Amino acid sequence: MSNAATFDTRTDTAIPVESPLAYSYRRSGAPQAGGPSRLQLRERAMLGHLILRGGAIVLDEAVRDVLGISLPGQPQALVQDASGERSIQWLSPDEWLVIVPGGEEFPLETKLREQLGSAHFAISDVSGGQTLLELSGEAARELLMKTVIYDVHPSNFPVGKGVTTVFAKATTILRRPSDERWELVVRRSFADYCYRWLLDAGAEFGINVQQ
Amino acid sequence: MFYIYCPYCGEHREEEEFHPKGQAHIERPKEPEACSDEEWGDYLFFRDNPRGVHHEMWVHAVGCRKFFNVTRHTVSYEILETYKMGEQPSITADSQSQAREGAAVSQQEGVRA
Repeated sequence: MSNAATFDTRTDTAIPVESPLAYSYRRSGAPQAGGPSRLQLRERAMLGHLILRGGAIVLDEAVRDVLGISLPGQPQALVQDASGERSIQWLSPDEWLVIVPGGEEFPLETKLREQLGSAHFAISDVSGGQTLLELSGEAARELLMKTVIYDVHPSNFPVGKGVTTVFAKATTILRRPSDERWELVVRRSFADYCYRWLLDAGAEFGINVQQ
Repeated sequence: MFYIYCPYCGEHREEEEFHPKGQAHIERPKEPEACSDEEWGDYLFFRDNPRGVHHEMWVHAVGCRKFFNVTRHTVSYEILETYKMGEQPSITADSQSQAREGAAVSQQEGVRA
């Protein structure tokens, strides 16, 4: 066990928690399409985000034992567990993003630290720093085509791929967990910007925001 | 716009995701105290500005955030290759000029024949 100081960022005290988009909902609202919509936007707030850094082989062993998913070794790869609630994404040759349901991140971090022992690694809890936006609907790809600089054609962006790229003018992690769903991991400080961009860009498709 | 191959991501990405970081393969003197002022000044401030093949460092700032090396032709702007940190370039100014001489010789031979 390493001697890194850790603490659970979720406290028991009754402080009201708000998603990074709470301000945006108040200011920009959450448009609802009148008729059938070609584009749905949903924020999946308060998930647990962990950044793992270290050697792939050591981390893979620990992650397999603790989470039951193998660490994606290939660039741009995204793997999920059977329920689709826990995922690991390759970010760089020695860096991975783990997303788990909210509240699971601290027990996971603790277990990983126990498992990894004195190996050379780093785990950072970035749950408070970013949020996950989910785009679905037939127009999702069209919206991305006019927003991100990365090629999102299915031939270049199959299911199970995730890249870090430029979304409008913000840095975003773009991932495709399933055929009809796209996920954007945005910084909380950019969340309002991205949200308003999505509303503006999605207006022509009749964007439907689910809160 | 460049379309740059990141050796760590293993695919081509838009130039917008990268930043140039100056000349590559600059080695810090092993013993800075033993350097003359001129040697240290050269190391700190003086950079090559070749006309032709140049090795430079780039960082994939938005993607994997790794540094890597790019061999670029400063006249045509063509990127001849990209390779990881710690590796040596396979294309250099020397190898390029040899190839050109070789081509010139074969052309001459062609003329003679």
